[in-house]
Amino acid sequence: MTEATLHTSIARSRAGSGLDLAALDPATVREALGEVLDPELPVVSVVDLGMVERVEVDAAGIRVELLPTFVGCPALDLIRAAVEDRLRVFDRPVEVRFGFRVPWSSDRITPDGRRKLHDAGFAPPGPVRAETTVLLQLDVPVPCPHCGSRRTVLENLFGPTQCRAIYHCTACRQPFEHFKSI
Amino acid sequence: MTVAALPTVALGELLRSMADDEFVIGFSDSEWTGIAPLLEEDVAMSSLAQDEIGHAAALYGLLGELTGTDPDVLAYDRQPDAYRHCRLLDHGRGDWAMTIARRFLYDTADGVRLDALVDGSWTPLAELVGKLTREERYHRMHATLWLDRLARGGDESRSRLVAALITLGPDAATVFTPLPDEATLVDAGVLGAPMVDLEAQWRTAIEPTLTALGLPMPPPGRDRERGRLDHGDAFRWLWTELNTVRRAEPGVTW
Repeated sequence: MTEATLHTSIARSRAGSGLDLAALDPATVREALGEVLDPELPVVSVVDLGMVERVEVDAAGIRVELLPTFVGCPALDLIRAAVEDRLRVFDRPVEVRFGFRVPWSSDRITPDGRRKLHDAGFAPPGPVRAETTVLLQLDVPVPCPHCGSRRTVLENLFGPTQCRAIYHCTACRQPFEHFKSI
Repeated sequence: MTVAALPTVALGELLRSMADDEFVIGFSDSEWTGIAPLLEEDVAMSSLAQDEIGHAAALYGLLGELTGTDPDVLAYDRQPDAYRHCRLLDHGRGDWAMTIARRFLYDTADGVRLDALVDGSWTPLAELVGKLTREERYHRMHATLWLDRLARGGDESRSRLVAALITLGPDAATVFTPLPDEATLVDAGVLGAPMVDLEAQWRTAIEPTLTALGLPMPPPGRDRERGRLDHGDAFRWLWTELNTVRRAEPGVTW
């Protein structure tokens, strides 16, 4: 165990034992949320994906506002349960709320999240462009996450989950998935 | 300027019409799961269906909060005549051309409707619509790509697509059927413009695409006051399918 993780774990056990109630700040909660992985893409956390819109801590407990990546995402209940589970260590009431106050966009995925997606073989999303001509978005080349070539073609706008599209790389001849720009 | 009180009854009608539209087209799309003409489209239609049913669930959720009703009761426990989806969605699954024509007409109309709601004064709906808009762009991309492909794909695909547009055309504008007490929604700032204006916007929006491909524009709508009533046999069949589990095991939870 490194010194840094040792400190973190001491801090956690203090919080967990209720010794340090006043010291719990939202940043600590966010750090814990950084360990809650997306059940459909378990290489990135809800923090990496930019789903954590607001964390509030006060005498009443911990309130977390999450932004669903898709309205009909079937993993929301799993994510809620995982968040509640992870925050249980702080020994306070936890309220997890999904909302659309801010529409989630793939632009919210952090640089860290993009790197993790790429390393796992997913092409990260490019910036969302707001043109009304929807087909323009398809003209932007998506680099292959395996070989880096830009000679890739869209195979399917829709993939194994709502947030992924399927591409094929004509250079290395591998299929790959692209996290949609949305 | 005074802000009008929230017109709850008309708002309920708006939410019900939108939720029912998404619910019915979602179930229709899901009929392609396992039998779509290409594996890619099997995935695509299943994903579209998942999106639309998710949108319907969110809209039924808002309607449920407004009326104090369980969203599942709204979705599954009504008789067919109580659904308020538009007649455009009442033509049965049909062939692939019919599916693409329906999706193109519906997705483009739905996009205009969403644009008229995204800056609305009732925050819960405006916020949800802000999110729906981003997802629906992908649906329009899919429909537009396929419209192009079928129109230019050869004699058979083109003639089937034209036949589908001719069948659906007279009902296409039923997405914009005037809602009961719709003026109160416009006055309260919930809905940006009357449905009749949205229909005109939609016709202007789709005209370049259809004309460029030499495809027929939808003719003026027929019987427009009843565009969300009188569901026929195609919907009655779909209704018995979509609530099979609900009726077989009332109150069951997953």
